[in-house]
Amino acid sequence: MKKKLIPYSIILIFLIIFAVFYKSLKDTNIYTPETKINNDIPIFSADLMYLNQNSTSTEIFELDKFYLLNIWASWCVPCRDEHPILMSLSKNNKLTIIGMNYKDNKKNAKSLLDELGNPYEKIIVDKNGTISIEWGAFGVPETFIIYNNKIIKKYIGPLNQMLFMEIQKTIK
Amino acid sequence: MKLFKNFIIIFLLLFSNNLYANENSERNEITKNLRCLICQGQSVYDSDSDFANSMKILVDKKLNEGLSEREIYIYFKEKYGDWILYDPGLNKNTYLLWLLPILIFLFGGAIIFKSSIFKK
Repeated sequence: MKKKLIPYSIILIFLIIFAVFYKSLKDTNIYTPETKINNDIPIFSADLMYLNQNSTSTEIFELDKFYLLNIWASWCVPCRDEHPILMSLSKNNKLTIIGMNYKDNKKNAKSLLDELGNPYEKIIVDKNGTISIEWGAFGVPETFIIYNNKIIKKYIGPLNQMLFMEIQKTIK
Repeated sequence: MKLFKNFIIIFLLLFSNNLYANENSERNEITKNLRCLICQGQSVYDSDSDFANSMKILVDKKLNEGLSEREIYIYFKEKYGDWILYDPGLNKNTYLLWLLPILIFLFGGAIIFKSSIFKK
């Protein structure tokens, strides 16, 4: 009995190790966050660019309207790629686009908008990055779709043509 | 003179170790338990990335608002999910993580127990 127990348990342990390694071989080791949606938007107050005034989240986001919140920065290269898509989304009058300028220099941010156009109705200034953390963001660029003070969709990374179609569909 | 020297040495020894831990000890304690989500294998405390630096500022802010350590963990868990905590609670996603060591321990114990009986 004892003679059998040892080889069996060794085989069993190797099988378990094999199964674990085989499973994790296929897993990507880059953590892709589960996007937590249907959360209420955070309550915050922040400065607005161009207007030089302080505003609260309840003033910016009204009920029964679709909002797109886009976190961007002038130093962020993928943000430049998605800028044309934001420009074409801004033509849709069912959707209000709010920008969040993340850890940026005011002058650089303004010159980027002068160069590529301004799709944002209001721009929240997030100087130290804390407001975007309250939103549960990971970095720039990141986009949220908001309806009735709830986050209904969240896109990490730059927007593309496919997501553009998806957003158009969502707000219909 | 010798007495005076000794006195000085004792004086220095007594008062030289008055080094306090820095004021941020509570914040450091919390940020060590938060995972930096955009850097691999680092806590927020260890990392100097934009994300981690903002997290540190926010933890300070929440502490100033009077939130307890536990409340801050719950706050971040709501925003980013279980993954942000280095010490996840027991729930349906993590039960294997918590129970596996106990199972392995029992299994090993059973083998030892059995073999010791057979020796007799």
